Amino acid sequence: MVLFDFSNYDQLIPLVANSLIAGALLALVGGLIGIFVMNRDMSFAVHGISELSFAGAAFALLAGVNVVLGSVLGSIAAAFIIGALGAKAKERNSIVAVLMPAGLGLGILALALYEGRAANKFGLLTGQIVAVDDPQLAWLTVICVSVLVILAVVWRPLNFASLDPEVAAARGVPTRALSIVFMLLLGLSVAASVQVVGALLVLSLLVTPAAAALRLTASPILAPVLSVIFALVAVLGGILLALGAGLPISPYVTSISFLIYLVARVIERVRK
Amino acid sequence: MPKPVLEIKNASLAFGSNTLWSNLNLEIQPREVIAIIGANGSGKTSLLKAILGQIELTEGTIKLEGKPVGHGSRLIGYIPQHRVLDAGTPLRARDVLRLGLDGHRFGISLPSKKAKARVEHILGCIDGFELAKKPIGELSGGELQRLRVGQAVIGEPDLILADEPLSALDLQQQKIVAELLDRERREHDAAVIFVTHDVNPILSMVDRVLYLANGQFRIGTPDEVLTSAVLSELYGTPVDVIRNQGRIIVVGTQDHDHHPDEVWH
Repeated sequence: MVLFDFSNYDQLIPLVANSLIAGALLALVGGLIGIFVMNRDMSFAVHGISELSFAGAAFALLAGVNVVLGSVLGSIAAAFIIGALGAKAKERNSIVAVLMPAGLGLGILALALYEGRAANKFGLLTGQIVAVDDPQLAWLTVICVSVLVILAVVWRPLNFASLDPEVAAARGVPTRALSIVFMLLLGLSVAASVQVVGALLVLSLLVTPAAAALRLTASPILAPVLSVIFALVAVLGGILLALGAGLPISPYVTSISFLIYLVARVIERVRK
Repeated sequence: MPKPVLEIKNASLAFGSNTLWSNLNLEIQPREVIAIIGANGSGKTSLLKAILGQIELTEGTIKLEGKPVGHGSRLIGYIPQHRVLDAGTPLRARDVLRLGLDGHRFGISLPSKKAKARVEHILGCIDGFELAKKPIGELSGGELQRLRVGQAVIGEPDLILADEPLSALDLQQQKIVAELLDRERREHDAAVIFVTHDVNPILSMVDRVLYLANGQFRIGTPDEVLTSAVLSELYGTPVDVIRNQGRIIVVGTQDHDHHPDEVWH
């Protein structure tokens, strides 16, 4: 068993071209959305959404329909349930904690009934290498570009509403509508991430890079830029390393992501 | 007489059988400062929410600059009660001011010379140059509330709504923030509605008081309303108003200083 073997690397790269493009798009989306996930104290909600997204994807696999579509439906359903019932952080946490095992259980049921390739099953939970085919990449691209465009439109008022909902509302910012839009964007981002890193490890894309960036800067411009860079390094680095080992990409992505976070904390410490 | 900034006509607010206030009529003129005082649950914060269009009146109308109020307004600057802001938000003091200027607009906040000049000007007004680059999670209570005053006035509002902005500050900081608010509202020609449980820190700037209690209210200058006779009648029990060294102390209302039930939803 080797963790790295780069002897025939040049032949392997083209095989993961799709994964690399998908990974870059996800890193961009995850790094940016992550900043708002942190602002709005939604880290745990992200985990809950990803379990329901997994359930949706598993049922889609069982039913023989598009897995990305199933994943999107699952995570949007979760995002709306959490958004509608959990306006306050405390309530939200308990709702997420209730949804999470329910989603995971349903997903495992669907996978147990599924009789196709086992790698498909495992991949939904923990991510996989060379997993992204052309139609899947097309889906991911549509989802990621939509998220990025909408995010750019709502960026400033969403920032205002996340900082200080009451002041923003007094100035006429539609805070309620923005929360719904944000939950929708979050649902889409989670669904897209599940395809590459798997449901259990979505946080490493949607939370860890932003958390690391916020350790280093309070600038509203530098924080999202750093967050995206960290996410890119983790995802692309993870894919390229996994390629040399023939193992799933997620342990590499999560390890790099975690290392970046540790380094960020150390730098923060040293500065003070 | 100039046109009023805010007109409240025949306003009533009831939750079920509990009437908070009824037949409230109030016109607020430009530059006027009104303090809303009252017991817990007397409907002070509810009145602010009605002005912000967040709850509907049971009866009556509220007009801002001649138009019925909507859901918030560019004409309003809002100063909330102090609470610690999340350190997880990547914003510095100057960014908070910028949000007060154009945070309501869609799109991405791009660098702008005009906006920067405005932010610099307000930083000067609130004596905040040394705060400019501080992350908001690191500001002290007094610093944050000074910043809030700046954020409220930077958009040149006609009306400033202040909801207990001095609570949770020590006396020294209360004085600094209150004086800053007084100076800024004059500078920017804004009317002010100031919800408070303690009128003393702002007594010198208040033109009129709206005192809410027991589903009733009194409106008038502090000298007219804050008397033993008026408040005893309002509460229906003997209330003493004591004046000591320019401070007003109300005794016998059993009102508490803090307002755990009036949190924002």
